[in-house]
Amino acid sequence: MRYSGFRVIKEALTGHRGWGPAWRDADPKPEYDYVIIGGGGHGLATAYYLAKEYKQSRIAVLEKGWIGGGNVGRNTTIVRSNYLLDGNEPFYEFSLKLWETLEQDLNYNAMMSQRGIINLMHSDAQRDAYIRRGNAMILNGADAQLLDQKQVVEKYPFLNVKNARFPVMGGLLQARAGTARHDAVAWGYARAADQRGVDIIQNCEVTGFRIEGGKTRGVETSRGYIGAKKVGSCVAGSSSKVMAYAGMRLPIESHVLQAFVSEGLKPVLPGVITFGAGHFYCSQSDKGGLVFGGNIDGYNTYAQRGNLPMVEDVMEEAIAMFPMLGRARLLRSWGGIMDMSMDGTPIIDKTHIDGLYFNGGWCYGGFKATPASGFVYAHLLATDIPHDTATAFRLDRFHTGHMVDEKGMGNQPNLH
Amino acid sequence: MIINHPLLGPRDSSEFVYLGDACLLNRPDWQAEDALEQFIEYGHIRDNPAGLHRELWYHEQGDRSWLVVTRNTVTHEITSVELARDVALAEGRST
Repeated sequence: MRYSGFRVIKEALTGHRGWGPAWRDADPKPEYDYVIIGGGGHGLATAYYLAKEYKQSRIAVLEKGWIGGGNVGRNTTIVRSNYLLDGNEPFYEFSLKLWETLEQDLNYNAMMSQRGIINLMHSDAQRDAYIRRGNAMILNGADAQLLDQKQVVEKYPFLNVKNARFPVMGGLLQARAGTARHDAVAWGYARAADQRGVDIIQNCEVTGFRIEGGKTRGVETSRGYIGAKKVGSCVAGSSSKVMAYAGMRLPIESHVLQAFVSEGLKPVLPGVITFGAGHFYCSQSDKGGLVFGGNIDGYNTYAQRGNLPMVEDVMEEAIAMFPMLGRARLLRSWGGIMDMSMDGTPIIDKTHIDGLYFNGGWCYGGFKATPASGFVYAHLLATDIPHDTATAFRLDRFHTGHMVDEKGMGNQPNLH
Repeated sequence: MIINHPLLGPRDSSEFVYLGDACLLNRPDWQAEDALEQFIEYGHIRDNPAGLHRELWYHEQGDRSWLVVTRNTVTHEITSVELARDVALAEGRST
């Protein structure tokens, strides 16, 4: 069924009896050409692009719970491509271009809203760094604009620009960045993949790989053995757990990132805004809640909840930036588990085992990457060649020294 | 999280800095045949278990000791806290 304005009117007039499920709840078949482990945004996007762009068939997505129940449903919904390094920026810009046409492509309302992101700057040195970043973005075909204090105040009159310690001197604007409805991204990909014949198999946890003579034969699951010519892991947050079934150890630590939403407020925040003197990012959802987050807690964990010191830290940053928020109440906070890689950059690569592929290490930048991650992973799975925009995301870069360390922090995952 | 410091008693985890897996105590022998491979592993590759994890915490806001904390990464329950120095000595290291 195609969604359209006409369809909405027709269903409204006929008692909404014609809406069917958006995707089939498929049962596993004995064998597939491609098995994607993980029914999150990236896994579903991978299956969709495998079917659509690379004309592959017999594809299954295996999800241990329900689709979209992991990090794609837990993030702060920001979509942007304001990266610096050559290994990253072309990939994220490719992703942003896919975001711009995603809803038409999927025939699904993902509430993509290009409301712009401003990274605030608080020192001369930071201005220099942002000019450099902006130029790198423009060189890679993205958009970037340097704003002075007056231009920032025009958009955000309530900012505490005269803060004695962290005055706001201006900002780096990416006008094409914005937000998207996170759950709808998973659902949209699921529906579009399903329409192209992909089996989306929920409540199906992978418990092992069947590997014979260095070649992948299939996966053991809680719903029985499923044969596969190629298996792609796409389970960021749990990558170490799943790849351990194949005897692999990864350059990854799992960490918790907390996110927060305030009570619903009238529209105050027209775009996405980040605090340059710390790590804090905030936007306002269409329901009115301010959605924001900060740093990861900083210790290895698989618990989808964080601790209070980071809550306090994030709130301090919020108040430093928006003193007016002091009266707003916090509605909810939650946590998601991140694959924190050793250089802060994802991995999309083949493994040393024939037919086994790995996508992970997204740190906390996975949501914006969803379309491109799916596209380039599908490219790799179908052709065995990395996509042009993803050649830097190699698994062996820690051996060869070709790390992609956007923040220049070194191999300390909790600093990325 | 409360870390029960062996010398100072229970302290809030926010007084500490987290480094990572306690395997970092065992720096490879730089003269070994496969030293390069061992250092790549030492610097980058981790078990990252869901469950008991031995890890290094530094009491930066306190006595500046390094601790080996055994903590469950699923529940955050801490089952043992040792001075990293004691752990290293017990493993035969000189310091």
